[in-house]
Amino acid sequence: MTRGLIALGVLIAMGLLKLPVERDLAALHRQEHFRGVEFNLALREKLGQLGFIAALSGFRAIVADALFIQAHAAWEDTQWGRMLWLFRQITTLQPRVLLFWDTAAWHMAWNASVAAMNNPDQPHQTLRVKAQREYFALGKDFLERGIKNNPDRPELYEALARLYKEKYKDHERAAEYYEKAATLPEAAPWDRRFSAYELSYCEGREREAYERLHSLYDEGGKERLPTLLKRLKFLEDKLGIPQQQRVSETGESER
Amino acid sequence: MTEGQTDSTLHLLNASTIPKRHRVFSFSRILAITSNTLTELTRLKVFYVLLVFGLLLIGSSIFMAQFSFQQEFQILKDVSLGAISMFTSLLAIVATARMLPRDIEDRTVYTILAKPVPRFEYVVGKIAGVLLLLAISTLVMVAAFLAVLYMREQAVLQVTATQMASAPPDQLADALRAVRAFAFNVDLVPGIIIIFIKACLLATLTLFVSTFATSSIFTVVIMVFVYFIGHLEATAREYWLHEHGSGLITRSFLAIVALLFPDLQAFNLVDDIVAGTAISMAVFARTALLGVFYTLIYTLLAVFVFYGKEL
Repeated sequence: MTRGLIALGVLIAMGLLKLPVERDLAALHRQEHFRGVEFNLALREKLGQLGFIAALSGFRAIVADALFIQAHAAWEDTQWGRMLWLFRQITTLQPRVLLFWDTAAWHMAWNASVAAMNNPDQPHQTLRVKAQREYFALGKDFLERGIKNNPDRPELYEALARLYKEKYKDHERAAEYYEKAATLPEAAPWDRRFSAYELSYCEGREREAYERLHSLYDEGGKERLPTLLKRLKFLEDKLGIPQQQRVSETGESER
Repeated sequence: MTEGQTDSTLHLLNASTIPKRHRVFSFSRILAITSNTLTELTRLKVFYVLLVFGLLLIGSSIFMAQFSFQQEFQILKDVSLGAISMFTSLLAIVATARMLPRDIEDRTVYTILAKPVPRFEYVVGKIAGVLLLLAISTLVMVAAFLAVLYMREQAVLQVTATQMASAPPDQLADALRAVRAFAFNVDLVPGIIIIFIKACLLATLTLFVSTFATSSIFTVVIMVFVYFIGHLEATAREYWLHEHGSGLITRSFLAIVALLFPDLQAFNLVDDIVAGTAISMAVFARTALLGVFYTLIYTLLAVFVFYGKEL
């Protein structure tokens, strides 16, 4: 009995000692993007009881994978509502897995939106377009939340840029997100180029686009790709660049 | 017999008949208890059931070919490392919980302690046996995981090379590099070590509980609760330290949780590592040190309580 009480006393004393250590470690974990999931009532409501318990016991990755497989099956059955529900749970459980955010956005903005547009049960074109726009917005929402959880990774900025480019035809926002991706450490080498391409489609920003494309062109042969030359030619014509300052068709500068 | 031969025989006789001086601490005694414990544990059916279950779970990841290679590797790593974590945690609790009660029931403990074996050597030897078993099991499952990952990686590389046979060499090299980057990540190694340390922590905590528990079932039930509460400790700690509006009873409860239980969420790093989060040396070292600190403290407390236990 006495030994038990002494052991309890030691545990409490150790608890007081370990408290600041654990707090500092938790802060360090969060700073380095670990412990992305907060266990609270909001999570409990999103996941349901079983999912919450599984996540709580340290197996949130396995739960997320099981839900992902279910979402895959739902996709095969074109159950878009169920997929949305599942992907919201998956991304809540695993906010650092880019693949889940990207796949969720792709399903919503590309697959579900096309299915909504071709929905034979909806005779009204306006309502089909409305449904399509709603799926675009859902895809965008996944990517924006994914970026909020992973601001240090370029892949989701690239995906959002693609979505703005291909679905909203918003080249200005596409250029902006490619540019943001390009500033991150693990960015793909083509992000800067793609940003400049998108900017070249924006009315009123031709001069800026021209300067950026030209600076890429000046970096050498590796950047002088057919699309870059094509967009530069387009801007030279549009901006009325003097002939002697224009780039050659073959990629050699005449300036 | 010559005089010299007689002296030599007497010397040998004296050496064998004079009792050796008893040493307070002996590694060889601990080693004997450790090896005996390991042998006992490997004879347990539950060990093989859990091991086979873990290996099956890892092996089942092979059948994920309908997904893209990124999805397939993500699921393979999540499931395999989850299985390793689940298996080691369960084994740590189950194997340790039945260790002391069984020895008492079989009266083995009396035979051992009747000899000049101090109680702390007995406890340390026992727990070392469990930790050795956990290390062996972890290595077996990690080997299975790496074999499956390597097999799938090679298969995907082959398919990619075939699909991109006509592509320029630099594009093909980029694609193959992308496949390799998604497959094995060197950061998984510290993640696996942290899983093992968490299992060691759970084993020593179970040992501590079993020193005052009345049965192994009681220990297992208590440890299941401890496991869940330990995963909530960080939430309780933050709430206790920051929320001053809650009542006295709530705050007292949160204080008990925060002070008495280990923060088990601190050891769940591998999910984020699989997701691509890089683990720095500082994070790894500090997390591992915390785990080792807990393991040592719980072992010492178990020894302390076991010294006062009436056998």
